[in-house]
Amino acid sequence: MSGEELPRERLIVTHFANSLRTGPDARGRFGSFGGRFVAETLMPLILEVEAAYRAARDDPGFQVELDRYLRDYVGRPSPLWPAERLSAALGGAKIYLKREDLNHTGAHKINSCMGQILLARRMGKTRIIAETGAGQHGVATATVCALFGLPCTIYMGAVDVERQKPNVFRMQLLGAEVRPVTSGAATLKDAMNEALRDWVAHVADTYYLIGTVAGPHPYPMMVRDFQSVIGTETRAQILAAEGRLPDAAIACVGGGSNAMGLFHTFLDDEAVRLIGVEAAGRGLDTNEHAASLERGRPGVLHGNRTYLLQSADGQIEEAHSISAGLDYPGIGPEHAFLFETGRVEYVGVTDDEALAAFQLCTRSEGIIPALETAHALAYLTTLAPEIGPGGVIVVNLSGRGDKDIFTVARHLKSGSPGGADLGEIL
Amino acid sequence: MSRIATRFAALRKEGRGAFIPFLEAFDPDRATSQAILDGMPAAGADLIEIGMPFSDPMADGPIIQEAGQRALKAGATLAGTLAMVRAFRARDGATPVILMGYLNPILAYGEARFCTDAAEAGVDGLIIVDLPPEEADLLAADAARAGLAIIRLVAPTTDAKRLPHVLDGAGGFVYYVSITGITGTRSAAIADLAAAMPPIRRATDLPIAIGFGVKTPAQAAEAVGIADAAVVASALIETLAASLENGRAGPDTVARVLDQVRAIARAIREVRR
Repeated sequence: MSGEELPRERLIVTHFANSLRTGPDARGRFGSFGGRFVAETLMPLILEVEAAYRAARDDPGFQVELDRYLRDYVGRPSPLWPAERLSAALGGAKIYLKREDLNHTGAHKINSCMGQILLARRMGKTRIIAETGAGQHGVATATVCALFGLPCTIYMGAVDVERQKPNVFRMQLLGAEVRPVTSGAATLKDAMNEALRDWVAHVADTYYLIGTVAGPHPYPMMVRDFQSVIGTETRAQILAAEGRLPDAAIACVGGGSNAMGLFHTFLDDEAVRLIGVEAAGRGLDTNEHAASLERGRPGVLHGNRTYLLQSADGQIEEAHSISAGLDYPGIGPEHAFLFETGRVEYVGVTDDEALAAFQLCTRSEGIIPALETAHALAYLTTLAPEIGPGGVIVVNLSGRGDKDIFTVARHLKSGSPGGADLGEIL
Repeated sequence: MSRIATRFAALRKEGRGAFIPFLEAFDPDRATSQAILDGMPAAGADLIEIGMPFSDPMADGPIIQEAGQRALKAGATLAGTLAMVRAFRARDGATPVILMGYLNPILAYGEARFCTDAAEAGVDGLIIVDLPPEEADLLAADAARAGLAIIRLVAPTTDAKRLPHVLDGAGGFVYYVSITGITGTRSAAIADLAAAMPPIRRATDLPIAIGFGVKTPAQAAEAVGIADAAVVASALIETLAASLENGRAGPDTVARVLDQVRAIARAIREVRR
């Protein structure tokens, strides 16, 4: 029997009988996904991180400390904004934007960085490493390292270093060393390989601060827990604003941390549709997309079993997206589980659709979204009319788009509708 | 008795340690790597480790990463790697062959079918870098049914408390990863290596091989002075890479690699145990 045939029955027994929020199990599995597929050299360290995290989670003092930094340094809670002009433009449900773009450093990434750096300090680690694609996680990591005075090395694909120069400069200003990765395809997955190689060579003093809900257990669980502040706040805010839960909650999915952060709180609220938007790049039926769930198959990479873009021979394939942050051939294992159970719907949005939504949000709300976030916004064009007037949708506005203006300008110049003038200015 | 156990028993009788050279299948092309594989026993290989190319080899340094890239470009697949072993077995029924690699290509092939096909091709053992004991049940039953040894890695970070867990279900021999780091980068101090052996000896009767960072004939000789076998990988691939002309096999690629195998084998044979 192949690995793909096993999971369905098994997860019904272990999960549907209970709650969707109880995962992962003791082996770090969400259904048949997740786990700890790392070399023996790292295994003791992974177990140490897990033990330290469980101890921190059970320590009220840790939560008090984290809450203080989230409030006074990150700027939480983030507002839930009723996007009236955007709602009117789309002609359907009332849309709320969860403003993670207003966090310090401009994205949701800092939520998990803050939690993990406090954990690294508790563990007595004196050096931090991280991988980054678009540079948002790298900037957030460099930021918390500056805050606590810890040396920091960021691995970034050489291709991404070129296309995300402002973030490279930000990281360097913050005191981080940015190491361009030239191995493989020189993008995010290769940066993660290189960070893992660094970790193996510096196990004694180094903490690997992973940026998304992927990697070996306990990272998918831990990053989700730290990001769940998004959904917890959203739930309370929408109840206060509307007196009821939303009809749908929607977020973009690369590795999937902002989406898990929003969704986790709502997993057992059956009436709330949860929708994850993957990057369909140049189209789901081309070879240039990042839709691991819609077009991938289960496999093992970077320490966990999940859906991956891969060849028939099990070699990992390159992802493509206009947004560097979604440009990853895998996805967090909890998303793979929620995909197979059907609890979360996953859809694809192309580069062009994301660009159009980027402009619509900017001009109707005065909010420049990250290109990653624009993928979630783009699906509103379908979803808002479908849910209709009287309905309520919450979108995770996961990051701000200042970093993307040059990419957008380049694409608009090359002929997308509605933006020739902007293209010329830049 | 398995080919691996038979070979180690014979070497024990001879009073010497084993040499395990490594090659990456299909590097730089199928015919060249087959010629290297076929020539290794006569050059002094006691067991042979064959790397299964993977796009994302997380435990490997640049030298083996590049070998994998060359191999994939040359059309390497698991089926092709098994075909190389089958061809080797037609000429050599005694030298144990170990496949080393990462899990995902095996999952794509189908883990049960892979174990069956590998055993049929003449493979004796598997080293799966990203399959720690915590996940070993994924392959254990299929491997056992096919008669393949699952060779476990023990690292400097594996403490005495964890060791029995790591060795539970281990077969063939124990592969001691001599450094905390990736392949082909630095070498362990001999004193550290010597200190690492007794706890493993106490925990298992399996032979111990030392790998990662064993590069020179002298280092290989040192390794078999304290363990039962030495694995040399990156140093051989470095020689192969240096012999290439525009990325393709040169006229003396096979000869240069096998000469180096001979030199290391000679040094190992001089160590009496």
